[in-house]
Amino acid sequence: MAAFQLRLTELPVEGDWARRSVDGPDAGCTVVFSGTVRDQARGRAVDGLEYQAYPRMVEAELRRIADEVLASHEVLRIAVEHATGAVAVGQCSVALAVASAHRAPAFAAAAAFMDALKERVPIWKKERYQDGSSWIGQGS
Amino acid sequence: MRCRVLLFAGLRERAGVEAIECELPAEQATVAALRAALERQCPALAGQVYRVAVDARYEDDEAPLVAGAELALIPPVSGG
Repeated sequence: MAAFQLRLTELPVEGDWARRSVDGPDAGCTVVFSGTVRDQARGRAVDGLEYQAYPRMVEAELRRIADEVLASHEVLRIAVEHATGAVAVGQCSVALAVASAHRAPAFAAAAAFMDALKERVPIWKKERYQDGSSWIGQGS
Repeated sequence: MRCRVLLFAGLRERAGVEAIECELPAEQATVAALRAALERQCPALAGQVYRVAVDARYEDDEAPLVAGAELALIPPVSGG
């Protein structure tokens, strides 16, 4: 079983794929993170999001992040799925699963992975409002 | 050296194109030289914040460019 799997999808993300991808008899626990599109951001009502990705580099950067996280945390496997294109309020844009023997390293690895994803992975979100839209920079 | 540079998100919208082609002197083909050449050619990019990726990896301004590499401007990301 691969230590890292990733998927970019034009459909809303289903957390099940990431969770099933890290299953195994050696996994005592699985931590799953899922990110959901909210109906507001920075004080504005949001109708939905549009994600754009640079797929070749998304894959390369996610693999580098996975290598770093696997090397620095006692975890077995990581899988991540991210949406591209339109994602409606209430739908899932990203799902991450981390399997490990014990829970503490899996929680820490999941947090480190998501922090790195948000800082480095070339995916951009555009918020759509009733009266327009805008690309969002860092720190959201 | 002929370069083709991919644009994304807000930079793509500002420039109005998905990719820009530009010419760099081979003896000074670095990330910094690429930035300067692109911003001369496409003033909409001047003053914008972005990192440069060479073959899908972030590179510093001093990094050399080799012919045929895939180049991209990466504005601040907002995935997740």
